[in-house]
Parts: sequence; structure tokens; C-alpha cells
Amino acid sequence: MFPPEIDYYRAGSVIEAAQLLGRHSDSKVLAGGHSLIPVLKLRLAVPSALIDIGRISELRGIASDSSIIRIGALTTHSEIASSAVIGQQAPALAEAAGMIGDPAVRNRGTIGGNVAHADPASDLPQVLVCLGARFVVTNSTARRVVPAGEFFEGLMTTSLGDTDILTAIEVPAAIPGESSAYVKFAHPASRYAVVGVAAKVSAEGSRCTAASVVVGGVCPAPVRLAAVEAALVGGDMTEHAIEVAGARTTDCLDDDEVLGDIYASAGYRKSVSRVWVRRALTAAIGRLS
Amino acid sequence: MSASTFGSGIRRREDPRLITGAATYTDDIVLPGMLHAAMLRSPYAHAKIAGIDTSAAADAPGVVAVYTGADLEGELGAAPCAWLLPNADLKIADYPCIAKDTVRYVGDIVAVVVAESQYQASDALERIDVDYEPLDAVVDPKAAVDDGAPQLHEDVQNNQAFHWTVTGGGDIDEAFYSAHVVVTETIVQQRLIPNAMEPRGALASYQKATGELTLWNTTQNPHIVRFLCSLVCGVPEDRLRVIAPEVGGGFGSKIAVYPGDFITVFCSKKLGVPVKWVESRSENYQATTHGRDHVQEIEMAATEDGRIIGLRATVWAGMGAYLSTAAPGIPTILHGLMLSGVYDIPAIHEDVYGVYTNTTPVEAYRGAGRPEATFMVERLIDQLAVKIEKDPAEVRRLNFIPKFDDGHDVVTGLTYDSGDYDGALSKLLDESGYDQLRSDQAAARKMGRYIGLGLSTYVEICGLGPSQVAGAIGFQGGLWESAIIRFHPSGKVHVMIGASPHGQGEETTFAQIVARELGVSPDDVKVMHGDTDNTPMGWGTYGSRTTAVGGAALALAARKIRDKAKIIAAHLLEAAVEDMEYDDGNFFVKGAPDSGKSIQDIALMANVAWNMPEGVEAGLEATSFYDPPNFVFPYGAHLAVVEVDSETGHVDLKRYVAVDDCGPQINPMIVEGQVHGGIVQGIGQALWEEGVYDDDGQLLTGSLLDYAIPRADRLPPIEVHSTVTPSPHHPLGVKGIGEAGTIASTAAVYNAVIDALKPLGVEHVRMPLTPERVWQSIKEADERS
Repeated sequence: MFPPEIDYYRAGSVIEAAQLLGRHSDSKVLAGGHSLIPVLKLRLAVPSALIDIGRISELRGIASDSSIIRIGALTTHSEIASSAVIGQQAPALAEAAGMIGDPAVRNRGTIGGNVAHADPASDLPQVLVCLGARFVVTNSTARRVVPAGEFFEGLMTTSLGDTDILTAIEVPAAIPGESSAYVKFAHPASRYAVVGVAAKVSAEGSRCTAASVVVGGVCPAPVRLAAVEAALVGGDMTEHAIEVAGARTTDCLDDDEVLGDIYASAGYRKSVSRVWVRRALTAAIGRLS
Repeated sequence: MSASTFGSGIRRREDPRLITGAATYTDDIVLPGMLHAAMLRSPYAHAKIAGIDTSAAADAPGVVAVYTGADLEGELGAAPCAWLLPNADLKIADYPCIAKDTVRYVGDIVAVVVAESQYQASDALERIDVDYEPLDAVVDPKAAVDDGAPQLHEDVQNNQAFHWTVTGGGDIDEAFYSAHVVVTETIVQQRLIPNAMEPRGALASYQKATGELTLWNTTQNPHIVRFLCSLVCGVPEDRLRVIAPEVGGGFGSKIAVYPGDFITVFCSKKLGVPVKWVESRSENYQATTHGRDHVQEIEMAATEDGRIIGLRATVWAGMGAYLSTAAPGIPTILHGLMLSGVYDIPAIHEDVYGVYTNTTPVEAYRGAGRPEATFMVERLIDQLAVKIEKDPAEVRRLNFIPKFDDGHDVVTGLTYDSGDYDGALSKLLDESGYDQLRSDQAAARKMGRYIGLGLSTYVEICGLGPSQVAGAIGFQGGLWESAIIRFHPSGKVHVMIGASPHGQGEETTFAQIVARELGVSPDDVKVMHGDTDNTPMGWGTYGSRTTAVGGAALALAARKIRDKAKIIAAHLLEAAVEDMEYDDGNFFVKGAPDSGKSIQDIALMANVAWNMPEGVEAGLEATSFYDPPNFVFPYGAHLAVVEVDSETGHVDLKRYVAVDDCGPQINPMIVEGQVHGGIVQGIGQALWEEGVYDDDGQLLTGSLLDYAIPRADRLPPIEVHSTVTPSPHHPLGVKGIGEAGTIASTAAVYNAVIDALKPLGVEHVRMPLTPERVWQSIKEADERS
């Protein structure tokens, strides 16, 4: 597997990277390389140039104040999985990052690269949608903030423009009485999500006051399970209530959208999603006390 | 002084270089002026080649040569099949190294580019224009024999490569006629893709001035490569040197000599410079041989109390588009002859149809034929137990061949060497706490949890094998092994063997054998293998034969050394040879062990030869050729415990307990490692692995993203136990252990899953047991009830 000859530029800053992207049409941003390099080696994509942002230090690291965790786009999955602040304030995210690939992948792969690639079988998109994250995007002329729900548009498609660079992701920190969890049915070969469910619940005593449940792997982009959330909010979070809410999963999945492959058919994915939804809710609720 | 290392788990001397990355593999070798070859492979499973234009590739930067099938005419023969199965109407279709008119699988080579770099060669491949006219393809071996199926080879009617039968014992029809109980099943032994860490490759270096060619090759059997390469490429065997440097695993996929190897030799000969070809992982998936691919229709007849009275089977074995080097022997000799398993079965009949399909050729894959046989018998006996409502352990016991220590004939014509099958099962039941597990299972069922226990009791044929038998079964080679032991003046030892270990650890175990036989430290023994110029002839490392056959050759060579050393010692001590005694490297006159001569003393005196006994040659060296009188038959009993999540179909393997008997263990740590690896590969077949083609012959599982190999985090600790029953005919009593785990474990896990699902009415699930398949079968059983 030998890629064709491709021009390579290493950007020293975000501005320089944005300028390089503008100058080279059909170029691609290279971060951790864990999605892009295999595609190049298989000659499935032949960009005009690679713009390597991997050494821009301002894009790396985790910072937090009382309400927001700011994660640089180049932060690796293993840094996120082992971050104490994310573990406490956004446990679903730490959990999901720790389930990506294997240690080698987690040590090099980055959160920004992961979400910009927008693989439907990825783990982080559903978690970030669930937690209400916001994506900070820069190009050579402007900076904007995109809510996670608007960032993912479909199969390998995001709202990033040709010259945009994702610089950071802002995740709201959990407030008291709120917790989250991520569960995953991993493909045995790729370890991508066949079904991955992120759940966030808020409670007063045993009563659910808010819920956010998002499934990935099943459709081209993460799907928020509004019917599940509605069934849960306002009631006591009993085992029965979770079961009833989970059963609403299939109502939220459009048959035309559900993905199938040789490992797991669309029908199967759709049917078993409710089990993983129930398990995600149970895990998130179990963390509340 | 050193005998104690035999039987102890000393560390593998191979490992420091392997785990620090210091080992040299074929791809690590760089020669001056070396060029790089890349193969253009067919993207169609079946197509006519209407035309091929290489001119743009030939003009590409760095390209030195481009060859197509037409260029090989008269210069390079077809890739040979070397197992000419007799009495089977064998039809070997021509396997051109580069396809000329027709391509028959995705991966068939249509051209080769030789360039200054691998990148340039890869770029140039894209500039070759091939005009394909696609034809219908067939990938299912059972469908391929139907009238009207696409035909792969003009002269092979209904794609049938061979029809082989085994019939033994009493009248099979009578057995089924008189049976009280008959159980049947259709099993798909799905296609598996071997995943050696190192893909395949070759580096050929031809010297025009001398006509000599050296070939570095990722092979399990360099001497066979030399033999076949000389025939196909026209380099005389005496001018051809084949070196298997470090080889990163094979599992059977590096037995065959491949078109890519021959083409690389051709290119080097043609261009007069070294040429290297190393496949990518994607190429490996398409072009390196696959394993299994059987459709089996099987039935077992029994009495009402569970005694087996007959076994009958029809098997369609997919061979791929062409017959690979050893392919015809795998689903026949190594499969059908083992259908009696560990049981006394009075009548057996099997028909095996070898079938050409538009897929990658199928060859030996760890276990090679024997896992497919064991699975059949072990599956049916579990079914029988369910039908007559007895515990599967009990039904096995009822049918076991009773303990024997010097030969037992089974109706398929084999003579097993030694075995105590009930002993292995008893130990397994004890070590696993089987009775407790059964009551835990019953308790769990009441709580809606589905726990299953799966047994697999197996015997395997390995240590291939007597050469006379090899000839009788059409194997175009011998199956003996040879070893040279050479003492240097300082008492250090060189061992040169014809076998070619590639990860199994025989550099260590062979040193342990020499240490025990000659009383030297294993650290003083260097074991050399893999280079046809400095090792004696040998037939290779496969079929769990290296220690069983090569180790025996080594032990016998050591005993020759001992005999000669004794004569020299007697001379030096001025004693009669009859008065000499030997103990652990020391030769002495009876009663005087303290004034003896060490083997090192004798090595020095033999090498300087100042004072040799009359008529005795200088030097201390011996060569032995060992042709085994029979195969060896290791055996064992395995248990898998699983829990099935009935909501999603997920199978959780909770425990795995193994009892294996490979005779005396030279190095128990290495045995344990082989057992672990083997078991895991068999579990892979049961739960995860499947090479999938679509109806057009496109490989859908063409990478590690889609093809699931076993991972450590999905496996429980493997509990390894053993019993020790020496082989009566082997100089060391040892039997092979490389494939045992694979032979046993697929059936154990499968049986456990079916056992777990018994209360839900599930009797069959197609392998691998993916969550969806298990879930679907639960659903279907529920709809039936």
C-alpha cells in the first residue's frame, strides 16, 4: 500500500494552515492521520496537498472553568480518556474516548480529526451531540461556533467548509444532579460502533428533569432519540421506566436511514438499539447518586 | 549437568531478537542495485482478457520493465500442484503465473512492473490498461458443481477438481438402516483468511556470471521452494539457494510456492539484478491462500443408548480458482481419514468433492482438514446426547476407544499410536469442576441467563509422516527430516536442520534435545535452519511435524555422536569400549566416573585428531535422516463455557479449559504457548472470522477493518492442563502440539453456544456466531415454537 506522490506542508499556526488550505484547492488537513493516512495508502483519495496541523501547540490541551471544558482539536483520545476533569464533568466523553480503536490509535488519533472525518461508526459524534458540545471553527477571515447538532450533516459530511479548521470543542461541564454515560456495541474487527449510545440525565431525587439520548453507528449521522427522552422526563427513573423509554428507540429511527452491512443488517441494528439505549440510561442514572 | 533443561520451560532464545525488532525478515534485506516488483492483480473474479496495453507503464518514471503473460511463454512454467491425490479423478487446471487469456479470481496476476522504487512500481500499475470482458462468477463450492454454473476451466467439467472417498468398516447403509437414532446437520466451515504478522514476499538475486540465484522467501519450507523453483524457473537446483530468513508466522499460508515468487525469480533472471517483491496487507488478503471453505452434510447413526454405529458425510470443499501446492491433500487425507476421532465407529463413509470456484486458492490453514473433521464428529455427538437426553460427557465416554499404548486401528485405515481419551476427559471434568458448572447452569437458566458448556474431545494426526505413505497418497515429496550435529574443538555445537521453524521456538527446544542427549549446556548449541546452502534437506515446518520428525532426527544424530565419542573415550582411557559407561556428557570406565572424559574433551581430541583410535575418522559430527514409521496422534479434551445475551445475541466466552496430551513436553512453556495460540485461532473461527465474497466474487472482507481476528481483550484466561502419554514409536516419545488447540476449540465453543440456547429451542447457527446470527436464530426458534 503505497500512496501516490502528494505535496506536504507543515503549518506553524492556525492562520498559516487556513492560508495554505485556501491556496491549495482539494487539499486535506492532516492531524493524527488515523483516518486520512489509510485512505491515502489505499489510494481512495488523492488530495492535491496535505496541510499538517499536527505541531500547532495552541490546538492541543484541555482547559476548564466551572461551566465549560475546552478541548483543543489536537487533543488525543488517550488524553481525553485519562483526563480527570473530563472523567468527572463529562464522563460519557472520557468513556467513549477510551473505547476508540486500541491504545496505539488512542495515542495518536485526535478529537478534531475524528469529528471532522464524521465516520458514522465513530464514537465521539453521538457523545458530543448528547452533551451539547460546541465546535469552534476558524478560517482565514472569521471564527464561528457551531453547535454539535448542526456540525454533523450526514455520512462523512460536516458543516466545515473547504478552508475551515476545527480548532477546539467546548463541552458543558456537568452540573450537580446530572451525569452521562456511553455504551457501545463494537465491531469485532474495526472496533467502530455498530451501535453506540450516549445518554445524559438530570434528576431531582428520583425524578428525571432532563434527558439527552443520542445513538450513533445506526444512521449516517448521530440521531437524537427525542421520544426516548420525552418518555423519561418528568417521571421516576425506575427500571420499568427505563425499559419503557428504551422501547421508544425504534420510533426515532427512520428505516430509510438505518445502515446495514455484512456484519450487522439494518433490521438487526434497529432492533437491538433499544437494548443499548436502556444500558446507557441505566449506566448514566447509576452514576447520579 | 544439563539434562534438567529437558522438560523445563526455559525462555525462548528467539525472543530477544523478535521482540526488540532486531530480527531480519525478507523485506529487511536490501541489496545493491535492487529493483522492486509490483503485481497488477485482476479486479474481476472471472473475465476474459481482451487486450492489455502496458506502454504507458513502461514509460513511467523509474520503470525498468513490464511483463505480461505473453512474456513468460517458454520461460516460466505454471505454478505446480504437488499433491497428486490418487484414485480421485484429480483434474489439475493450468495455473499460469501471469494470467494470459482469462482471470479467475480477484487477485489473479495480469502483469508485473519492475521499477527503481516501490512507489514508482505502484504508480506504474495504474497506467496499465487491461481490457476485461467480465464473465459470470461462482463462489459457493456446492453451487459450483451444479449444471449451468459458470465454468472456470475448459477441461474441468462442473468445476470438479476431484472426487475422493473414504469407506471403512461395516456396511454404512446397513448401519443407518438399523439405527435407532440418526442425527444430521449441514455445516458451513466458512472460509478463513490466515493473518501472519508478516505478509509474503520474495527477493531474488541472479548472478549472470555464475548462473547462480539466491532467493530470500517468506516460506515454511525452503527446500521445497528450491525443488519447485528449479523446475518452474529453470535454475538448476545446485545453482539455486533458498533462504527463509526470519519468517513472521505462516499457519499454512507459507507452504505453497506462489506465482509471485516465481515471477520475482523470472524478473531477476531476465534483468540480471536483484528484484524484491513484498505484498501489502490488502494484497495478502486477496492473494495469499485461504483456509477451510467446506460445505458439509453429515449424519450419525446410533443405538438408543447412544453407541455410534455409523458416520456418513458429503463434503464440498472449495479449492479456489486453482489448486495450490498442497491443496488436494488437505480436505481428503488430512480430513477424511480422521473421521473416527477418538471414538470406536464401526462404519464410516465420506465423499469429498474438491471444487474450483472464483476465489483465492485454499490451502492448509492451522489444523488443515483436521479441525473440519473434528467439528463434524464433535457436533454430531453433542446432538446425539441431546436426542437421547444424556450428558455429552457420558455419550463420549460410551464411545471412546479404550486406553491403548501401542497401536489401535480405526476403520479409516489409520493406526493411532497411543491414547487414553477417557483419562483426558476425566481430568478435564475434574479441573473444570464440570458437575458444579452444570448445576450453576441450571440455576442461571431459572434466572433467565443462558450459560452453555461445550465439550470437544479430539485426536489429531501429525508428525507427517512416513515417506512411503507420502508416496502412496500422492504427495510429491518425502516426509522425512534430517539433522547434522557438529562439535567444534572448544566443545561448542552447531546443529543444522532441514526443517524451517518460523516462530514456534525450535531453536530453543532443539538445543534442549541436544543438551539432554549429549550433556552439553543448551547455551552451547547453535541451531541453524532456513538456508538450503548450509542445512541438510528437509521437507519443512507444517503439520506439527518439526519437533515430532526433525526432533527425532536430531536425537538420533546425537546418539550417533555419543557412540563415536564412546569409542574415542575408550581409546583415550585405554579401556575396552564394552567397559565404558556414559552419564550426562561424561564417558568413563565402569566404576570410575571421576576419571572420565567429558564430551568437550572428546570433541577437542576428535577435532585435532592427534590420537584417534584405528579406523575412526577425525571430527565429531553426525548426520541422521529420520523417516517416521507412523504418524503421531496427540489428543485431548477441551471445555468452553459461554454466556449468551439473548437480547442482542452476543456471546461471552467466560472460561476455557484444555487438557492436551502431546507426550513428554520438551519445553512446557512453549507447549503452553502453542496451545494458547491454537485455541485462540479456533475460537476465531467459531466467533469472529469469515472471508466473505459477494456473488460476483468480490472479497468483502478484504482488510483488518472487516475481517475480525481474535483480540486478547475478548478472551478469558485459558486454563491449560496436560496428561503425558508417550508415542511408542518415537525416539523421544513426543507428539506435535502446534495445531491441537485449533482442532479442538472451534467445536468446543460452538457446542457451548448451542448448549446455552437449548432452552430457547436453537439447534443450529451458522459460523461465525456473530451477534446477529445468534439473535436471528433465537428469533426463528421463538417463531417456530
